[in-house]
Amino acid sequence: MKVIKIDKKEWAGGLERLSDSFLLCGPVKKDKFHNFKELEKGELPDMNLLNTRLSPKSIVYPQSEIMFKYTLDENQKDHNILKEIDKDYSPRGVIGIRPCDAKAFLLVKANFDAPEYKDPYWIKSYKATTFVGYACNIPCNTCFCTTAGCGPFHEQGLDLLLVDAGDYYLSKIITEKGKNLLTAAGWSEKMDAAAAGDQIASMKQAAEAKITARVATNKLKDKKTTELFEASFWEEVAFACINCGTCTYVCPTCWCFDIQDEAYGSSGIRMRNWDSCMYPLFTFHGSGHNPRETKMQRVRQRFMHKLKYYVDRYENGIQCVGCGRCIRHCPVNIDIRKVCDLMNDYEPALDEE
Amino acid sequence: MLTYIEKIKEISSRLLQEGKVDVVIGFRKGTVPMMNEPCFVKRPEDVDNFVWDSNCGINLANYLANRKEKIGIVVKGCDSRNIVTHIIENKIKQDQLFIIGVPCKAMIDRRKIEAMFETEIQEVIEAEDRIIVKGHGLEKTINKIDVLQENCAICVQRNPVIYDELVGEPVEEKKDVDRYEDVRKIESMPPQEKWKYFDDLILPCIRCYACRNACPLCYCPTCFVDESRPQWVGKSQDPTDTRTFHFLRAYHCAGRCTDCGACERACPMDIKVRQFTKKLEKDCLDLFGWEAGMTLEKRPPLDTYRPDDPDDFIK
Ligand code: SF4
Ligand code: SF4
Ligand code: SF4
Ligand code: SF4
Repeated sequence: MKVIKIDKKEWAGGLERLSDSFLLCGPVKKDKFHNFKELEKGELPDMNLLNTRLSPKSIVYPQSEIMFKYTLDENQKDHNILKEIDKDYSPRGVIGIRPCDAKAFLLVKANFDAPEYKDPYWIKSYKATTFVGYACNIPCNTCFCTTAGCGPFHEQGLDLLLVDAGDYYLSKIITEKGKNLLTAAGWSEKMDAAAAGDQIASMKQAAEAKITARVATNKLKDKKTTELFEASFWEEVAFACINCGTCTYVCPTCWCFDIQDEAYGSSGIRMRNWDSCMYPLFTFHGSGHNPRETKMQRVRQRFMHKLKYYVDRYENGIQCVGCGRCIRHCPVNIDIRKVCDLMNDYEPALDEE
Repeated sequence: MLTYIEKIKEISSRLLQEGKVDVVIGFRKGTVPMMNEPCFVKRPEDVDNFVWDSNCGINLANYLANRKEKIGIVVKGCDSRNIVTHIIENKIKQDQLFIIGVPCKAMIDRRKIEAMFETEIQEVIEAEDRIIVKGHGLEKTINKIDVLQENCAICVQRNPVIYDELVGEPVEEKKDVDRYEDVRKIESMPPQEKWKYFDDLILPCIRCYACRNACPLCYCPTCFVDESRPQWVGKSQDPTDTRTFHFLRAYHCAGRCTDCGACERACPMDIKVRQFTKKLEKDCLDLFGWEAGMTLEKRPPLDTYRPDDPDDFIK
C-alpha cells in the first residue's frame, strides 16, 4: 500500500495542474446544499460537506443523454437513419466522491456492463473517469453503509482514497489510474507506509463506530420471492408514498431510463432520460394496460428490486450502498431501513392478514 | 399544541370502536428529526401510533381522492380547505368523512433549521414556542416563530373551516397579514427581469414532480406531462419543457390552491414553487374576491360564469 501526503497548501495548485489533463468534477455548494458539478478553471471543490444532495451518478450517466440524431429531410441522402453523435470521453476526475457513491457505480455496472448487454455510453464514460474518494470522518445519522456492503472508508470502486487529517490529506493509492492522477497533479510527498496505514486504520475504526444505523440483509436471499411479494405489510409501507420518484432520482444505484425521440422541423434526436419505477407511466403499455397500476405495486417493486430481485440475480448483495439519501429526502419519510428489516424478518406463517 | 395528541387518539379510538369509520388517517413519528409519516390506523388499539407536533406539514387531503370507505382524518386549517375543494370537485363525499379538526399552531421548516447549523442535527425537541436542536456537540434553542414554513408564517386560516370535532380550542386567526409582499415585488419587475427570476428559480429542477404529487389538487388520472398521445411536453431537462411544466401546473391550481405549502415542502431541490401559485392566488382574490376552500356554498370562479365578470372579452 502506498500513501502520498497532500499538504492542503498544495491542494489548489495540484488541482490547477490536474485540470490541464483532466476534466474535473467536484462538490460545490449553491444556496443550501452541495451537488457535483464540472469545475471551472481555478474553481475548487468544497470539501466541507457531509454529502451531496443528488448522487454523482449523473457524471457517468446524465439525467438526459442524447444518443443519436437524424434528419427527416428526404433531400438528404441519409434521411431517416439514426446516427451516433460525437461525444467527449476525454479523461475526467471526480474529486471528493464519497465511498458509498463510488461503490454504487460497481452495483450499476452489473446492469450497464453485463456479459449479455453492453451500454456503450455508460461504459465509455465510466472508463474515462478517475474516482478520487473522500473518506467520511463524520458519517450522517441516516448512513447505514457498514451493513450495506460498504463503509465510510470503503475502497471498492475508487482509484484513490483521500483521508482528511487536518492540515493535510492522506492519499491512498488504490489503482494505477489513481497513481497517474497523483502524478499529473504533482502530489508526490511519500509517507512511511506502515505509519500512514495505522493512521488510516484508526480513523476508519473511529468513523465506523459512529455509524449506528443498520439493516439486516442476511435472510433476504432465502426468502421465497412469491411470499415476500404477497406479504401484507406492503399496504402499510406504501400508504404514505406519493410516488414522486425523489427516492430513485437521488439514489446512486437506481439506473432505469426511458428512451424518447424529439424532432423539431426535419431534424431530430433520440435520447434517454432517467425514469423511475415509482411513476405509473413506467410500466404503462401501449395497449392501455398497466401491470403496476396501483401505488402499492410500484412501492413494492422499488423495494423488491433493490432488496430481493437484485440479490438473487447478481449474488452481489443488495442494490443499495446505504447512502441514506432516499431517507433524507423522501417527503413523507418512507425509510428503506425499516422496509429492509420487514422483508428480512418476514415469516409468512406469522403474517396476520 | 402538544396536548392535541391525546384528544386525537381518544377521538380516533372512539370512532373505530363505534364503527363510525373504517380507518383514521393521521401521522406517526418519523425516523429522522423533523419528519413524520402519514399513516392509517384501522384498529382502536393502534391509535397510540399517532403523533402531533410541528412536523405534520404534509397535506393529508392528498390521501383522500376517490376513496370509498368511511374515513376519519386529522386536519389542519389548510388541509380542511383542500377537503372543501375535494368535496366541491366530487373527489370525496362529505358524509364519508369524520373530520378531526386541529386548530393549527404552524409547522416548522426543516430545511431552514438544517441550514442554520454546520453539523447534522441529531434530535429536535419542541416546547410550545421554542425548538431545541441537538447535534454533534451542539445544543441550541431557537424560537419557533423564526423557523416557520413560509406559508404558515402568512397563514390566515389556521382553524379548520369544516370539522366534526375539534381537538382543542380554536386559535386566534391572524389579521392584517400581508400575504403578497413577494408577489408584488415580482409584479413590479420589468419583463426581462421577471423572466430571469423564474428561470433562476427553476434552474435546479430535476422534473421529479414531487411538487405535483404532494399536492391534493393534482389528482388527474393522467397528468398533462405524462400524456403520450399527443405528447404535450418533452421529458428531458430542456428549459422550455421545465418551464411548461411549472407554468401549467400553476395554472391548473388557479382558484384552487390553498397555499398549504405541501408542494414546496416536498421539493428535493428546495425550489420555491409557491412563487407561481401565489400570483394566481392573489389574482383570484383581486379579481373575484375568492379564496379557495373557504366555503362549500359557492362555486369557484374558474368554473362559473358571472355577469359581473371583471373581464370584457367574456361578456
Ligand atoms: S421519495 Fe418517498 S414519497 Fe417519493 S416515491 Fe420515493 S418513497 Fe414515495
Ligand atoms: S436506496 Fe437509498 S440508501 Fe440505498 S443507495 Fe439508494 S438512495 Fe442510498
Ligand atoms: S419537486 Fe422540485 S425538483 Fe421536483 S419537479 Fe417539482 S420543482 Fe422540480
Ligand atoms: S399548489 Fe402547493 S400550496 Fe397550492 S394546494 Fe397544491 S400543494 Fe398546496
